Amino acid sequence: MVTYPIKGISPDMSFLEMMDVLNEELLLKGEDPVAFDHDCREGICGMCSLFINGRPHGPERGTTTCQLHMRHFKDGDTITIEPWRAAAFPVHKDLVVDRSAFDRIQQAGGYVSVNTGGVPDANTIPISKSIADKAFDAATCIGCGACVAACKNASAILFVSAKVSQLSMLPQGKTERKTRVENMVAQMDIEGFGSCTNTGACAVECPVGISLENIDMLRSEFIFAKATSENL
Amino acid sequence: MNWFTKTFSSTVGRKIIMAVTGLFLCSFLVVHLIGNLQLFRNDGGEAFNVYSHFMASNPIIRVMEIILVLGFVFHIYDALVLTRRNKAARPVSYANNHPEENSSWASRNMGLLGTIILVFLIIHLWNFFVPARFGGLDGVVIEDVEYDNLYLRVVESFQIWWYVAIYVISMVALAYHLIHGFQSAFQSLGLDHKKYTPFIQKFGVAFSILVCLGFAVIPLYFFFLV
Repeated sequence: MVTYPIKGISPDMSFLEMMDVLNEELLLKGEDPVAFDHDCREGICGMCSLFINGRPHGPERGTTTCQLHMRHFKDGDTITIEPWRAAAFPVHKDLVVDRSAFDRIQQAGGYVSVNTGGVPDANTIPISKSIADKAFDAATCIGCGACVAACKNASAILFVSAKVSQLSMLPQGKTERKTRVENMVAQMDIEGFGSCTNTGACAVECPVGISLENIDMLRSEFIFAKATSENL
Repeated sequence: MNWFTKTFSSTVGRKIIMAVTGLFLCSFLVVHLIGNLQLFRNDGGEAFNVYSHFMASNPIIRVMEIILVLGFVFHIYDALVLTRRNKAARPVSYANNHPEENSSWASRNMGLLGTIILVFLIIHLWNFFVPARFGGLDGVVIEDVEYDNLYLRVVESFQIWWYVAIYVISMVALAYHLIHGFQSAFQSLGLDHKKYTPFIQKFGVAFSILVCLGFAVIPLYFFFLV
């Protein structure tokens, strides 16, 4: 690990802006900048990561790193920044990890197949408010990987469960629900993520507040699918 | 692999086995504790010796004994397989990590607690189960019938302070193991409902504390009062 002293940080700067200041200084000195992931910088893209002072996305709850402000740190603090650490998320460079394992899990079943044809009227399929709300909450997962980073087993189950339950609760997603959960869990295991021991760390650290209920839903989907699907 | 082995060798499937065997072992604890209550009868161990003879000779109990051993074997085997997998899932650990901010100590140390319980189990079986089942105890005559005097072994064992200490410490470990494990088993089986989950969580804590307290009282009772 390398320690960089840094000056001129405003309390209103975001954590990533602090990183920008650091990298500008490094470039001016002719050194290599510290590589880190970022994109939208408003908490919706899921691109930023960073394990800051022992917590994914830093010490604040319900925020991504880009939404974390420097006012939460004291002047003179030494801040430790690490990449997500998981076998399934190999480090590209410095703080950048390869999260394409999540993409492959999505490709294994995180979709709804829609055949071509006429566009159906809106609201022709009734969906109860509670189901719509739950599916929406699950759909807010931004796929940042903080759940994997926080889990002592580097398990991806909170991510997978959000994707599975989001689709399997809705009528449009029910058609493929059995194959979906079977394939997504199988892909999760192939990627080398750990198994869930219900510590609940993932949901606490999740920047968008994906609930543990999704994991229970994934398991009941899994048991139901394994017992009744025609996939041998 | 066919669908069945695929199901139960996946990370989610193995946790189903952990949960089912774990809850089964919880039910065993209840039966074991109720049986042990015979020790508190002030009859010089008569009721307890008759009860332990029944447990060692009844054919239904003998079948249950095999199922119980399988319960332990599957629970421990899956724990080992999953722990190895989980260690491999994070080959480089964090230099600075604060898991206490997001999860309970017991939930993160089930393997450590389980190992303490396993060591205790071996000591416990060696001292009580092996002689009771395979011979090596003194005899005692109750109503003209000769029984193994397991009660005497209990009394003698719990006169030793460090033996009592091992028991009490192990029961504390078991209590923490169950506080996380009981409600976690229901989660592993996907059983979650707004109406029932809060009750299961409270019941799990009460169950863990009461059962382990019940077991821990036995060595303390014999050490201080008999």
